[in-house]
Amino acid sequence: MKKVLLSIFALCLSLTGYAQETGSVLIKDGTVITITNGNKADTDVLIEDGIITKIGKDLSAPRGVETVDASGKYVMPGIIDAHSHIAAVDVNEWTNPVTAEVSMEESINPNDINIYWALAGGVTSIHLMHGSANVIGGQNETLKLRYGTGMDEMRFDGAPRTIKFALGENPTRVHGQGFNVKPRTRMGVEQVIRDNFDAAQDYKKNRQAYLAAKEAYENGERKNPPVPVAKNERMEVLVDILEGDIWVHTHSYRADEIMMLMRVFNDYGIENFTFQHANEAFKVAPELKKNNAYTSVFADWWAYKFEVYYSTAYNASILNANGVKNSINSDSGELIRHLNHEAAKAVHYGNTSKQDALKMITINPATQLGIDDKVGSIEEGKHGDVAIWSGHPLSIYSTAEATYIDGKKYFDRSEDPNDMRLETNPETDFEETDKRWYNENGRHGKTCLQGAKIRFTKKGMKYKSN
Amino acid sequence: MSKHADIIMKYFKSILSACLLVLFVGMSAEAQITEKAEYGKFAITNATIHTVTNGVIENGTVLIDGKKIVGVGQDVEIGSDYEKIDASGKHVYPGFMDAGTQLGLQEIGAVDVTNDQAELGEFNPHVRAFTAINPSSVSIPVTRVNGVTHVISMPVSGRLAGKATLIDLYGYSPDSMAVSPDAAIHLNWPTSKKGGWWDDRSKEEVKKDYKKNIKELNDFWSKAEFYDKMVTAYEKNPDDKQKPDADKKMQAMQEVVNGKVPVIISVDAKQDILNAIEWTQKHPDARFILAGVQDGWRVADEIAEAGLPCLVSTLYTPERDYDNYQRPYQNPGKLHEAGVKVAIATGGVENVRNAPYHAGFAANYGLGKEEALKAITINSAEIFGVGDKLGSIEEGKQANLFIADGDPFEPMNHITQVFISGNKIPMVSRHTQLYQEYLDRGPQKNNK
Repeated sequence: MKKVLLSIFALCLSLTGYAQETGSVLIKDGTVITITNGNKADTDVLIEDGIITKIGKDLSAPRGVETVDASGKYVMPGIIDAHSHIAAVDVNEWTNPVTAEVSMEESINPNDINIYWALAGGVTSIHLMHGSANVIGGQNETLKLRYGTGMDEMRFDGAPRTIKFALGENPTRVHGQGFNVKPRTRMGVEQVIRDNFDAAQDYKKNRQAYLAAKEAYENGERKNPPVPVAKNERMEVLVDILEGDIWVHTHSYRADEIMMLMRVFNDYGIENFTFQHANEAFKVAPELKKNNAYTSVFADWWAYKFEVYYSTAYNASILNANGVKNSINSDSGELIRHLNHEAAKAVHYGNTSKQDALKMITINPATQLGIDDKVGSIEEGKHGDVAIWSGHPLSIYSTAEATYIDGKKYFDRSEDPNDMRLETNPETDFEETDKRWYNENGRHGKTCLQGAKIRFTKKGMKYKSN
Repeated sequence: MSKHADIIMKYFKSILSACLLVLFVGMSAEAQITEKAEYGKFAITNATIHTVTNGVIENGTVLIDGKKIVGVGQDVEIGSDYEKIDASGKHVYPGFMDAGTQLGLQEIGAVDVTNDQAELGEFNPHVRAFTAINPSSVSIPVTRVNGVTHVISMPVSGRLAGKATLIDLYGYSPDSMAVSPDAAIHLNWPTSKKGGWWDDRSKEEVKKDYKKNIKELNDFWSKAEFYDKMVTAYEKNPDDKQKPDADKKMQAMQEVVNGKVPVIISVDAKQDILNAIEWTQKHPDARFILAGVQDGWRVADEIAEAGLPCLVSTLYTPERDYDNYQRPYQNPGKLHEAGVKVAIATGGVENVRNAPYHAGFAANYGLGKEEALKAITINSAEIFGVGDKLGSIEEGKQANLFIADGDPFEPMNHITQVFISGNKIPMVSRHTQLYQEYLDRGPQKNNK
């Protein structure tokens, strides 16, 4: 009986504990784009049990480790997308201007085909973000694209917690225009943030005082029980932001709102933050640099709404020239398929060097997500997240041929199926398949408002349900 | 405040904001060009000339006199009155054309008052994109400095959206930009498929709607054919006949049903493409072009056999979840392989400048560089009946071309000079101007 109980216990353990599979591979004779230490011709990269253990010439494979010939090819760190909504189940909890308590943690679909398509573009990690409907939105989740595994297996272990903020048209439209709730203006956006930060500081003070008094009461050091201060998850998260435990990624476009948030963050001592989209960041590049702010921008999206009308595709190059650490993101199931090509546009618009352009899709987004000690470059000791490219990855004529995460291969072009259905019945015509909401043509940045399916008419707001 | 006054105030506010917006847009339009185009006689020398129709000429010269190309080759005599542009180490290509956009019709996607591409109503053959092209659209210079010199700009709403226009991207009026004011009519093919997540119709309802939509289209088309016959008969011999009543829609359909103006059919799903092909065959007098055609690779042979050219792009996600990830990139190549004439059409507005990269993906995934180059130049010109004027570097053709420091499909390369109808275009746009102003704001402004 004891044995049976034990084995049941063991089974339960094996079910609850999750294993993030690793692999070993020796990639030989490629041009290795290390990102942090230049390009190395005819060089081997050895990955053992998920970790890059050796970079050098004429390495030999340990017993049982597969060797892959990359001669004439390029080996590059896996691309990291600092702004994505692929693999999301839900994106926007758009019912309140502040929803810090919600999280993308339980909103991950490991079987989303977009993950595979991204792997085929050499992408290995994404920042799965909450939407931009709310001034203080939900918490994001950093993922590794372990396609077809499970929700827990998708997580990037050890990545810092991050949260989404949003400024400008999206929150003022959804809440002010839509619900007649503050903020209706950029003035309101600032006060929503300050009000909530103040409330969080008070909450922390009161809650701590209450907990101390409660403890004193329980220890008999105090006569009467204190008036309870209830635990409030939203406030707890805001406190974590104020204490630097959660990094802030802010949907923003205009220079003025970027300046506003930096003032607010300075007032509250918040140090680690990235401006997402930031189409007008180029106008305040010196200020961003001074405040050690990061930016994560589109290569060339603009003019889809008024706040991106005064944009320039030279944004990334201007930021880079002014010393701002910038990444190029997709925010799209389409652009994520060719972020290498989006990075090449930083060369086209403003002559950013090839090396710096590549940093914008590798080490820079890794830094912005706090995972640069693990990924974003090919270095001994870092994770075996790499892709093999047929040519220089910034060329339009290059394709990703294989993509590895922790040394395990998740994409191989030579084994790429014609039909992604697991069981294909040739008699079945799948003509009736519904289109996905994210079947986009890559033109409009509406994914950020996905979920907030709100239309505004002269009579007011209409909510369109699924 | 009384309710009445409240309403008036509201209207006043919206009018005011509309005015302000117009003012903004107007101001920016004024500021978008700092220098004027030069016009006259130019000799581009020492260039690698990609003529498209006559191969590649190394170390060659292109002579431009006024609107036209007057000489191409290695041994071209350059008159002393020509301004020389040394293109050593550089490449000359014909101006690129995007065969499906809403450029000039839409300024800012989310600002309704700046959107002119979607008229109300189902059948609008008399509505013309040409009428609403805004020559001062900020997106126009942004597009042309990337080497795209011509676009088809088309209305998009309803069944028959209206007439598409073929314009070049330099000019002060639609009239001066139009190559052919009414280049085609745009038909949104009635789909027999369910739409996206927003479509909550049952299978039966979808089927019913499809039948209804097809019937409406057929009725409208038959009426137009009949009207055309009546008018033709009357014009041939007006005696003892009553003149048909004026009908703007029917009059606009005459040049369509008799094949003078082609029909662009937007269609994506396999069954819809097959339905559309069958339908076009019932109208032998009219001319048809397919656009979108995302499932084209599935029925490439059928499209080729029907002799229908296709306007396609590459940068979108596969039509179905289970499709191979490369299909959108391969679609142009697979269509070409089957014998279909393909041309690049991005469907874009502000980022039509990415058309060369759509072609680049097509080139890399099966179409090949040479054919991809045709797909973004001569093929589009021929499909819209202006192959004698545009699409290649030949003596006698319009001087639409650009100089690049390398392969223009490669995003790392740069376009250094663009000519449109002989105009040497200032390589300036809002994007370059903001770059010039903000790359280095200068020490005095950095202080605060």
